[in-house]
Amino acid sequence: MSTVSKRNWRENPLIWPTAGLALVVAFNLFFGAEFFSISIQDGHLYGNLVDILSQGARVMLLSLGMTLVIATGGVDLSVGAVMAIAGALVAALVERAGLGFFVAFPAAMAVSMLLGVFNGSLVVFARIQPIIATLILMVAGRGVAQLITTSDVIIFEDPVLEFMGQGYLLGIPFSLWLVAAIFVGMVLLIRKTAIGLLIEAVGDNENASRFSGINASQLKLIVYGVCGLLAGLAGVLEAASLSAADPIKSGELRELDAIFAVVIGGTALTGGRFLLLGSILGAILLQALTVTLYNVGVPAAVAPVPKAIVIVAVCLLQAPRFRTQISKIVGLRRGK
Amino acid sequence: MKFSLQRNPLAATIGVLLLLYGFASSYYDGFFSLRIIANLFTDSSFLGVSALGMTVVILSRGIDLSVGSVMGFTTVFVAHLVMVEGLPTPVAWGLALIVGTLFGAFMGWLIVAYDLPAFLVTLAGLFFAKGMGYVVSDVSIGIRDSFYDAILDFSIQIGPGAYLGAGALSFIVFFFVVLYLLKWSRFGRYVYAVGGGEDSARLMGLPVNGVKIGVYAFNGFCSAFAGILMTLYMSSGNPLFGVGLELEVIAAVVVGGTLLSGGVGGATGTLLGVLTLALIQGIMNYDGRFLPAVRPISVGALLLVFILIQRFLVRGKEES
Repeated sequence: MSTVSKRNWRENPLIWPTAGLALVVAFNLFFGAEFFSISIQDGHLYGNLVDILSQGARVMLLSLGMTLVIATGGVDLSVGAVMAIAGALVAALVERAGLGFFVAFPAAMAVSMLLGVFNGSLVVFARIQPIIATLILMVAGRGVAQLITTSDVIIFEDPVLEFMGQGYLLGIPFSLWLVAAIFVGMVLLIRKTAIGLLIEAVGDNENASRFSGINASQLKLIVYGVCGLLAGLAGVLEAASLSAADPIKSGELRELDAIFAVVIGGTALTGGRFLLLGSILGAILLQALTVTLYNVGVPAAVAPVPKAIVIVAVCLLQAPRFRTQISKIVGLRRGK
Repeated sequence: MKFSLQRNPLAATIGVLLLLYGFASSYYDGFFSLRIIANLFTDSSFLGVSALGMTVVILSRGIDLSVGSVMGFTTVFVAHLVMVEGLPTPVAWGLALIVGTLFGAFMGWLIVAYDLPAFLVTLAGLFFAKGMGYVVSDVSIGIRDSFYDAILDFSIQIGPGAYLGAGALSFIVFFFVVLYLLKWSRFGRYVYAVGGGEDSARLMGLPVNGVKIGVYAFNGFCSAFAGILMTLYMSSGNPLFGVGLELEVIAAVVVGGTLLSGGVGGATGTLLGVLTLALIQGIMNYDGRFLPAVRPISVGALLLVFILIQRFLVRGKEES
């Protein structure tokens, strides 16, 4: 890791999301010029590239939280349901209870974080496998969101929420500023303090980390809490961008997008080393792929098919056994 | 110790089932009847078949998240073959079963050959099957077919007003098939061995890789079969069918006392688990005052309670 040698670029996990993005961009160079169209209207940036980033903002938020959870050796399947709950809660508080943004938003954030801590405590105290522990909230969460909205879609009007979801700051969508700020904040926290190291230690070998004096339980609770919080924020952003909260559609299958963004970004599902930047790139790649498919004329409902193929391909490329097979074949061709 | 561990989760399931049924019978007039019990089997036929397949997967310490989507795909695939392509219904069913089995086997092969996490591969499978359903047709296809009519007309009367139709009967037959497979066949013993400890199973010389691929192939078959039962139940095919059903299937298996850590559990528990979930739905249908949201919440709560019971039992075993 000390020096970057010629062979090392293949070991750099960021290579896969970057290569994927390059492929998507190259494909669009040939087949869809509108992909790159960018224009300024009323001082705002418009165009596909801006759309990809702003549409991808929610998955980016989810994938940041998911990265930390996966780094501790866990996974959180409930983020989609937490999105629905947070969106429903904000909408219900603003529209039905008549509360202002500055009460409704913190309340939704607090609930989301508590839901994350609930997941964490099932993993930590009851020692349930993370897939199953978070499955419970994934199942029940949709119901909770429906209870909050009494099964309707709530349409709301709130200037602050509207700005959060649809507003621009210095010509760039506000949601992007938000994601950028959170990303920079998390990176600083991880680089400047020992938290990143502690998370990697827990994910690498939990017992060893306990013996070396790390409070793994507390750390996991925090990580699941942060994941819940970010999922809640993503849910509020989604509701704000539509000025409506849909308890069933909101965040549907988003947990999968988030997990795949993390995996594509080079964070191993087995825990340990993690890369926040990789997850962001992974989220952008997924969104760019979706927009490209859409531009080419693939219906939105069919988009999961190529997505699934890309995901399996990336997983295979990262699997040691597949790599050895490939290098053997390549080696044979070279006559070794 | 092993005896009580295997027995107690079942006792808890039976307890919950009897409690729920006893409560409903005393609260609602006419709930205590053979007709209601027959309906439980009819309404849960596809959930039941899928849960039986999932039981085998979980016993081998795997997981398959693709079942709901494969079911949905199968409904629209069958409906398309019968109504649009005009194939005879049995041929369409056979093709659907082959496709489901091959799809499961392929996922199993990816998991085994490249050491990929099962939940990731089957999650990709969920995406894939869901999308493929829309490739076949993005609208619901109604099925009007003489073969379907004949099968829908067939039923066995088990009491006054109580009939078991083709769906319920297939569920019951399927239960006995899986019970036999798990209890008395060599494949079943291998599944328990692999779930109990993959490394020791390998050291014993068991064909671990083959068993794991077989387990996913079998579950793919079950999902397709469940999808066919769904076309019978709904008289149509729709890629939207089965969305989110994988969670209920897993919940039914867990409530039935099969341990998610593999190696412990069986078909009888799953039958009870499926009936428990069906009973919750049955009560909600019968009452009519509940919001639909109550169902996922009660399933989630049930799942939580049973997982905690399992944890408690396993920890008791580890410490003793």
